[in-house]
Order: sequence, then C-alpha cells, then structure tokens
Amino acid sequence: MKGLLIISGLGILAMLAEIFKFKKLLFPMVLLGIVAAYAFNFMEWKTGMSIPYFDNMIGFDKLAIAFSGIIIATAFFWFILANDYFEEETSLVDHFALVLFALVGALMLTSFKNMTTLFLGVEIMSIPLYVLAASKKKDIKSNEAGFKYLIMGSFASGFLLFGIALIYGATGSFDLMQIRSFISEHGADMPLFFYVGVVFMLIAMCFKVSAAPFHFWAPDVYQGSPTLITALMSTVVKTAAFAAFMRLFMVGFAEISSVWTGILAGVVALSLIIANFSAAMQNNVKRILAYSSISHAAFMLMVILANVRSNLSVNALIYYSLAYSLGSIAAFGIVYNVTKKGNENVDAFNGLAKRNPSLALCMAVAMLSLAGIPITSGFFAKYFVFTAMIGTQYKWLLIIAVLTSAVGVYYYLRVVIAMYFKKQDTHEPIAIERSNIIVIVLTTAATIAIGIVPGIVAEMFEF
Amino acid sequence: MLAALLILFPLLAGLLVFFVKGNTARNLALGFSIIEFGLALGAFCLFKQDPNACMLSFDHVWVKSLGIHFSVGIDGLSLLMILLTTFLVPLIILSSFTTDHSKPNNFYGLILLMQMALVGVFMANDGFLFYVFWELALIPIYFICLLWGGEDRGRITFKFFVYTLFGSLFMLVGLIYLYNHTNVDGLKSWAVQDLYTAGRSLAENQQSAVFWMIFIAFAIKMPIFPLHTWQPDTYVTAPTQGTMLLSGIMLKMGTFGVIKWLLPVVPLGLEKWGGTAIALSVTGIIYASIIAISQKDFKRLIAYSSIAHVGLISAGILSANQQGIQGAIMQMLAHGVNVVGLFFIADILFRHTGTREMDKLGGIRGMNGNFAILFLIILLGSVALPLTNGFVGEFLLINGVYQFSATMAALAGLTVILGAVYMLRSYQKIMLGERNDSNVAFGPLATTDKVVLSIICVVVVAFGVYPKPLNDIAEEAVKTIMLNLK
Repeated sequence: MKGLLIISGLGILAMLAEIFKFKKLLFPMVLLGIVAAYAFNFMEWKTGMSIPYFDNMIGFDKLAIAFSGIIIATAFFWFILANDYFEEETSLVDHFALVLFALVGALMLTSFKNMTTLFLGVEIMSIPLYVLAASKKKDIKSNEAGFKYLIMGSFASGFLLFGIALIYGATGSFDLMQIRSFISEHGADMPLFFYVGVVFMLIAMCFKVSAAPFHFWAPDVYQGSPTLITALMSTVVKTAAFAAFMRLFMVGFAEISSVWTGILAGVVALSLIIANFSAAMQNNVKRILAYSSISHAAFMLMVILANVRSNLSVNALIYYSLAYSLGSIAAFGIVYNVTKKGNENVDAFNGLAKRNPSLALCMAVAMLSLAGIPITSGFFAKYFVFTAMIGTQYKWLLIIAVLTSAVGVYYYLRVVIAMYFKKQDTHEPIAIERSNIIVIVLTTAATIAIGIVPGIVAEMFEF
Repeated sequence: MLAALLILFPLLAGLLVFFVKGNTARNLALGFSIIEFGLALGAFCLFKQDPNACMLSFDHVWVKSLGIHFSVGIDGLSLLMILLTTFLVPLIILSSFTTDHSKPNNFYGLILLMQMALVGVFMANDGFLFYVFWELALIPIYFICLLWGGEDRGRITFKFFVYTLFGSLFMLVGLIYLYNHTNVDGLKSWAVQDLYTAGRSLAENQQSAVFWMIFIAFAIKMPIFPLHTWQPDTYVTAPTQGTMLLSGIMLKMGTFGVIKWLLPVVPLGLEKWGGTAIALSVTGIIYASIIAISQKDFKRLIAYSSIAHVGLISAGILSANQQGIQGAIMQMLAHGVNVVGLFFIADILFRHTGTREMDKLGGIRGMNGNFAILFLIILLGSVALPLTNGFVGEFLLINGVYQFSATMAALAGLTVILGAVYMLRSYQKIMLGERNDSNVAFGPLATTDKVVLSIICVVVVAFGVYPKPLNDIAEEAVKTIMLNLK
C-alpha cells in the first residue's frame, strides 16, 4: 500500500516540477521513490499480513504484493531506459507524471477488492497511455496509435462498466468476496443477465490483455507509439491486466468457471493461431513484438484457464509475467536503440553482430527467451504453463500451443539470423547510452539467472 | 562427483575459450578436450572396477516443489556414449587445424559448450534435465552452422532449428504427461525410474500417444524417414566440424533417447506401434541408399548414407531384443567414428581440389598413396567389412531385426549391398581411374590431417579385430535394459 501512495506522490511531485523549477532533480527523485516503493512493498511481503484499506476497496495480499513487485521493478528498469528519451522531449514533466499515474493504475489493478476500484484502476492506467501513445505529436502513425487506442479502450471500458452494472444488478454488491459468496449461495438460481455481465467483463478484460479476437488495436498501437511507450505497454500494463484478470476470474468468478472457461478456451486458441501466423508475416519489428505479446497473452490465459491447485497457477502466472517482462524490456531497449534512425524493419538488425556484438548477444538471448528455449526463463515459463494444462480437459489447446510455438520460433529467429548472418548496410557503430547498456545487460542476465534457478520465483507461493 | 565434473569441465573450459584470442583458443580447446577424454577414461576404469561406484553419479535438488533434480549418472550405455563423445571432440577440433575459421575463440567455445550439452544428455537421470540438455545442445550447433556454414546457410539452418524444436516440444508435452502420472508418496517426480513406472501404468491408447509424442523428437534428430528432409542440406551446408558433431554425436542423441527414454517407458505403445516405426526405418534405409547411389556430391552422399545407417540402428533398437539393441549400441560407436572420418575425407578433398563433385575428381591414388589407403580403411569400416568396427554392430543388428520379422530383416539387409555399391563406386570415381585434367595436383597431407585419419583408421581396425571390451559393456548394459523392458 505504501508503494502505491509513494508513486501517487511522485506523480503529483512531477507535475509541480515545472512550476518550482526542479526539473533536473526529477529523474533521481523518481528513481529513489521507486526504489523506496519497492522496499516498502518487500517489507509488506515479509510481514505477510493482508490489511484492507478504504472500506475493503483495496487490499494488498501476497498475490497483489508479488505482482506489484514485478511492476515496480519493471518500471525501475523502464525509467532508466527512458532517461534520454525524456530529455529529447520538450514536455518532460508531463510525460513523467503520465507514466507515474499509469503505474498507480497498474498497482490498483493488482490489488482491487471491489469492482469500482477495478474500473478506476483500468481507467487511471489507460488514460495516461492514450496520451503517451500519441506523444510523438508530429508523427501521423503515433497520432493514429493514440486515437485507435482511445477508441478501442473506451469501447472496452464500456463493456467493463456494463458488465459491472449487470453483476451489481444480480448480486447487489460491488465487493468481490460478497459477489463470490452470493454466487455460491444461490448457485443455479442466478438470472441470465448475471451471466451476460460475466461474459461482458470477460470481453473487456480480453481487450485489455489484447487477446484475439479483441486484439486488432494492438499491432497498430504498438507500431505507432514511441518505442519506449510500447515497451511500457507490453510489460507493466500487461502484467497489471493479468493480475486483474486472475483476481477477477480465479477469485471472483471461480464458482461459475463452467460459464467462462469454454469461451476463454476459444479465445486462447484463436490468439495462439492468429498471433503466431500474423507475426510470421510481419516485417516491422515492433509489429512482430506486438503479435508476440498477443501470443504470450494466450499462454498466460492458459494458466487462468487451467486453474489447477491454485498456487501452482499463481506461481506460473507470476513467473510468466516476470520472464516476459524481463525479456520484453531487454528486447524493446535494444529495438529502441537500433531503430533510432527510423528504420523499424527486421533489416535494421542486419549485421548487428558485427556492429555491436554484445548488443546482438543480448538480443539473441531475449529472442530465445521469448521463443522459450532453455536455459532462459522463457522456457520455464512455458514449461509451467504446460504442466498446469496437462491435467485439464484442454489438452487439445496444448497441441495448438506446441504447433504455434514452433511457428513462433520462426519470427524470433528471423531477428537472430538478420543479426548474425545478413550483411550490414552501414558500418556505423550504434550510439547507445551507458544507462541503456546497464539496463539491457541486467535484464538479459536476469533472464538467464531465473532460468537457471527458477525456484526463487516459482516457489514464492507454497503448495 | 566425477559425473558432475564431466559436465562442468567442458562448460567452464568453453566459457574460458570465449575470452582467448586467436590460435591460442584452438590449442586450448584441444588441450581441454583431451583432458575431458582423460576424465572419461577415468570413469571407464572406475566403472570396470565397480559399476555402482558413487563417484559415477551425482544428485542435487534443482527445483524442489516440482521434483526436478540435477541428477546425472553413468551406466554402461551412457559410459559408451560418453567415451564416443569425448573421443571424437578432440579429433574434431584437431581436424580444424588446417582450416582458418574467423573468430576462432567463438568457434571452439561453442564446440566445447556443445560437448557439455551432449555429455549431459547421455548422463541425465532426470526427465526434465534430459530435456534441458537436449535443447541446450541445439543452440551451439545452430550458431556453429549459422556463423561458419556455407551458402544459403540462413535458410537451411533455420529449417533445421525449427524442425528439431518442433519435435522437442512434442517430447516435452509427452514427458510432462508422464510426470503428471508419477506418484511417489503423493508427490510428483522426474526421476527416470518413476517415469518408467508412470508410463507402464498407462492404458494402451495413452501409451500409444506418448510413444508417438516422444518418438517424433528422436525420429527427427536421427533422422528417420519421412522426417529426414532437414538433414542432407544441413550436413552439406554446415562447416565440416559442425557436420562431424551433427552426424558423429548428435545423431546418437536420438538413438540413445529411444533406448533409454522410450522403450522402457511405453512397452504397450511399442508393442502396438513398434512395427510401424520399424517399417519407416527400413523404408528410410532403402530410400536413402538409392538416393545416395545417384549423388554427385561426395558430402551429400555421406549425408544420405548416414540416413541409411541410422535407419538400421533404429530398426534394431525398436525390435527390442538383446541382439538388436546391443548391435545398435555397437553400430552407434562405429558409425560415430566412421562418419567423422568420411566427412573429414570430404573436407580434405575439397581443400586440395576445390570440388566435392565426384565426376570432376579421379586418379588421386596415383598422387597420394597414403591418403588412398587411409580412405580405403575408413570406407571399408563404413561398408562393415568383417574385421572392421562396423561389422559387429551390423551383424547383430540384422540378427535382431530378423528375430522381429524376417521380411524386415531381408529388406534391411539390402543396406549391406546398397551401401557397398555407393561407397565403392564413390571410391572408384574419386581415387581410381584416370587423372582428371581439371583438378590440380593433390599434394601431401598436413601433419594434423594425417594424425586424425591415422587415429580413426587405428580405431576402425582395432575394434574390428578385438571389439570385446566395448562389446562386454554393451552386453551388460543391454541386459539391464532388457530387465526394464519386461
């Protein structure tokens, strides 16, 4: 909880920076604040008590703390990566504030206990992102991205609200636990519009995690937004959305899983197939990563679908989020530096192994991790999903997952082949900030480290 | 402890070699790989004294909650495979001394990492660990082929990678399925014996599904018809050392996998589908032999001959009797040595004449008699003439397949005739006949080339005349395996 408060404070502080002229100090202050937020978060984990706040609107139980930890850590890396990007921008302060508020929304999503806080979290996280997506004001693609994101996002919010309203109508409560106990009491007597509400909420959440067939915004928005904003979307936002998805469906609607699991299975199958085959046909690296994020979303949804002994699922989802976030931060950090010249196609990576061998190595590790090759963390992430799924009735989804994973290797390897095999067009060395190098190397090392000792993350919740 | 050291040493050595500049890297790599061979010989001596010595196994918890252990151990079968691996790697490194590779530190570092993964595959006693090493082996060889390969390597290595990964993922699902059925005091386990128990408790149709899921990974690696299409291109495109690693050792991962990780797991599945798999293997033998006969490129010819040989090995293993499996093990050893020799000869020919096309070669015997003799010995080993190392294995293999089905044995036996046809014809075209105008003088061999070829020839003859030490270990190993099959 203290972490949430600190980051809210930082957001307000950032808005004041222009007026009181401490712009130069802002960056170190934000970093310190984030470290402090992480430290408080960690201490709350150690004490291990779940204290409800604001009339049980928000509560930081262990699940919330774990996801918050991933989000805050990713944000820390992201800010270091984005330092020089902020310097290039004229309105530095606004951007800082927007990102920090998006983080506040993300943390709320991990810890909501009430439908209203869920909605608030979604909106607080999304609205700054609509602006950030369009923040390259003179670039038409960026404008398109912001506009599309806004329209589609509002649409999804509409579904979410409608769903909440219907559920409120049926159960008379916004509180997640009360809804749950209401369902278990009344069982089969629920009115039809209650189920409609559940399905509407499912659709809205699928929008937010960009699962097919509600994914159409993702490639355009990922491509058009400034690269670092895309990085933010595919890590922090995605993790938060999954934390919310998990809490909503595995806690709130667990009793009526028969209603939504069938639909979710269809969503997963579609996402896997559409995402991987579309990605294989792309040339733009950011679009490839967008489709890849859809495919990873499908894998994470499989965990929710499997819902076996719940701690196994929780561990799997946390591990997956972390592995995916680390891999994505490294990948986007490199993409950001390589595509600075404007060419965002795969051929921008041609001959990178000669121009900058260590950068190419990090990219190769990130790609192999996203593709799920041992001994990177991406492999264990996939392994946990497979283990969770094998005991369920959805074995056919596993087969689809295996086949599409093989397709997935195709587009990840294209980047590797471009780096190591294709001839470069220029011999110019890549100008890259030292801070960026540190982030890239650290996240790459972490990707391998939690692949070698997955236990430190995968055993956070005993079962 | 020795077991863990066998994995750890090449890992550390490989990482060290990455940071060494120039030719020191290859000398260091050679030194390290010879030390590793020494370690393997140490394991051999220990095994001879006491097969259950505690030095030969190592077990440490990796991920506790999921029952994953870093558990490795040496039994008869893995000992032979490790001896083969550690014997071949120094030869492979030595064979590269006459070729200048760019960035030698990366090249040799990757070879040593590859060795680490291979040794790991052969020693793993934990299903999960086996899979990790299995996949790990793919990465160094992929980069070796991609960075130092020939024309069009981007597309070809890519096909190779996706093909093998595709199979591996199925195997992963199959293994997880087995793991999910294990039950050791209420907990799940990845230990090999527990997976055996779990596999046998399954019903026939479940066993059949698991059989195909796991077999597909091994079949791609070997490769078995019709999953072989990645192989000829990859073998031809890869740098010689990469081809040697692929054909000499990596191919054995597949056959080894069938013996240790498939046969004992799903006996009912094997009973039902083993015949089909044998039929595919035998089809592969004939198919590949016929294609080999019509090849013009010598390296490609060896690639196809390799498919034919491995088809016979696979048929022998799948017939699941003492002779078949024992012959397979002997033939895996012999084929490993011979095919490395043959690919090296192709490399030498190419370096001296600039071509591998057999029509453009001829009369080399007249120019370099020593080379002709060395070539002939390795070639005869490959054809499995009596008193060469190939003979014992091939004889046992056909015997094993015969016990399964006489028709299959008759068809598989064609490999003896067809093999002799394409091998002797290639020798005739390259070495004998008139000297072809287009090729320049074939000078004397470099010292390192001579050393490599001589060592291989000595092994070919020595283990042809006296195969007993290896055969004894193989026989004992197969007896243990057969106990698991019942």
